[in-house]
Amino acid sequence: MKFVKLIFWRLLAGIGVLWGAATITFLALNLTSGDPAIAILGGPDALPTPEVIAQVRKDYGLDQPLAVQYVQYLARLASGDLGESYRLKIPVVEAIAPLVAPTMSLAFCAALTAVIMSIVIALLTAKRAAWLRSLVSGTELVLTSAPSFVLGIGLLLVFAFHLHLFPVAGSQGWRSMVLPVMTLAIPATAMLTQVLRQELEDVLDQPFITMARARGLSETGVRLKHALRHALTSLITLSGFMFAFLLGGAVITENLFARQGLGRLMVEATTNSDVPIVLGVTLLAALIYVLINLVVDVLNAIVDPRIAVHS
Amino acid sequence: MTDLAASRSTLYLSPGPSEAKVETAAAPLVVPRPQSLARPKRRVAGLRPGLILAGLFVALLALAAIAPGWLVSGDPFEASARDAFLAPSAQHWLGTDENGRDVLTRLVHGVRPSMLMGLAATVIGLGGGVAIGLTAGLGRRFFDGLLMRFVDVLLAFPDLLLALVIITFWGQGLLNAVVAVGVASIPRYARLVRSQTTKVRGATYVEAAVTLGIRRSTVIWRHVLPNAIKPVLILATIGVGGKIAAGASLSFLGFGAPPPAPEWGAMLAVGRNFLANAPWLVAAPALAITLTVISVTALGRELMRRSEGAGG
Repeated sequence: MKFVKLIFWRLLAGIGVLWGAATITFLALNLTSGDPAIAILGGPDALPTPEVIAQVRKDYGLDQPLAVQYVQYLARLASGDLGESYRLKIPVVEAIAPLVAPTMSLAFCAALTAVIMSIVIALLTAKRAAWLRSLVSGTELVLTSAPSFVLGIGLLLVFAFHLHLFPVAGSQGWRSMVLPVMTLAIPATAMLTQVLRQELEDVLDQPFITMARARGLSETGVRLKHALRHALTSLITLSGFMFAFLLGGAVITENLFARQGLGRLMVEATTNSDVPIVLGVTLLAALIYVLINLVVDVLNAIVDPRIAVHS
Repeated sequence: MTDLAASRSTLYLSPGPSEAKVETAAAPLVVPRPQSLARPKRRVAGLRPGLILAGLFVALLALAAIAPGWLVSGDPFEASARDAFLAPSAQHWLGTDENGRDVLTRLVHGVRPSMLMGLAATVIGLGGGVAIGLTAGLGRRFFDGLLMRFVDVLLAFPDLLLALVIITFWGQGLLNAVVAVGVASIPRYARLVRSQTTKVRGATYVEAAVTLGIRRSTVIWRHVLPNAIKPVLILATIGVGGKIAAGASLSFLGFGAPPPAPEWGAMLAVGRNFLANAPWLVAAPALAITLTVISVTALGRELMRRSEGAGG
């Protein structure tokens, strides 16, 4: 029962965020860029004819009062109509739909890799010798500082150009996935490890850990059975945010490795001032953010039952 | 690059786990907290030599930004087709690019736009964040809630996407890239300033100032703002590195400085096409960006450590 309640409230909050996001994009369309009809057509540089402008006004209901337009806009979004790409001449949904799977699988593989690697590294390095920690945290500083395209180019240089282990670009087969996934996963791993290790070290100072040791549990047993579960909630929460970050990182990675995906579509649309596509991808990102947060909250409530009670 | 450490820090500020969010900075935005992450307690002594190196590097960057002519004598735009793709040598320390321009010269001249981008974007983000955060933190409860829900919505968009949306509406170019990176970071700073403000407004010294009959605006300006902003300013120092990286990312995607300009992200974008035959074209700017972010982050963390030690 408490889960149903939790999901209900989180869902409501998520819908609120999406409504806000839709409102912001509506305001962006109508307040910042002069004539929205011209913005939809690609800005003043596109030199649309008056007939085309009039047609767009009518199609998008721009001749109506703003309040009516707003309601119509929300209604269209709710029915899954994101408008039409002025450059590709197809509905935004059709442009976006085939690219969701490639980008999501890229982000998901990267997230999974990062979570697994960070758990292993954090378990191995928490509360260990000082030199090991300095080494690992120094490496983490370097890896979180290097922008993802710098890391990606480095990986390309070593593994594609010199060792010829993986293809330089493209989206065919699992081999083309390896370098993009690592480009996204390595900095994410470094960030997760930083937090998870600190969390583990805090937990390992707790009295119940001493108790477990006193009962004769091995160091491995203490870490795996007792410490990890306590550190897990923050890992789950962070993984959720990391997924959102990975979607942003996919923009860079997909362009660097010339992969099919939402990120590349987004950059092309930005270059062409293709407003409907840009807003469509952005709204999709907000939707994914909301869904991931929902999953995170539920997972956290399963791992730590206190959360569900208090929320 | 986003740092999850940031979201962890916001966790301690926000009531619910779902409200925390990630900073698109290379640097972890760590809120002052007795047992802060990413800075092991015992490592401090060992960090010293690294810290000095970081300081020297930042000083070198400052010199290059103010007077690039003192470090290199050449012209960053001087092309010579015969000298194209020369590997690093005694004459061209970092080699030459596809137009025969000296990479080192271009790298040094690229410091100024990169640094300005990082600083200007931080100022924009901080300015907007302070305005929103202070208004929300001091305003009525309903107004506070409204503003913060607005910030929550903005946080649902990944920073890079938000920056691309801004560029789509306002057009491409270096200035708009800076504005985009800066505006995209406003929500995060707004959150931090607001949480600090709500903490400070209840402090006894503010209460004392109000009791003494000092004007509200003076109390805000002289007592609330300086105390609320101090920890945020230190975090912003660390954030400068991230903003430099974010700006370079936009240039790399082609939304920053136009091609002939010596700018690190743009140099990388061009160099990527010659990875197979001239890897030094990407190595130099890649190393420069990374070292810059690391140095700024290391200095910022030290600053934070000291302020924690002093302020408690």
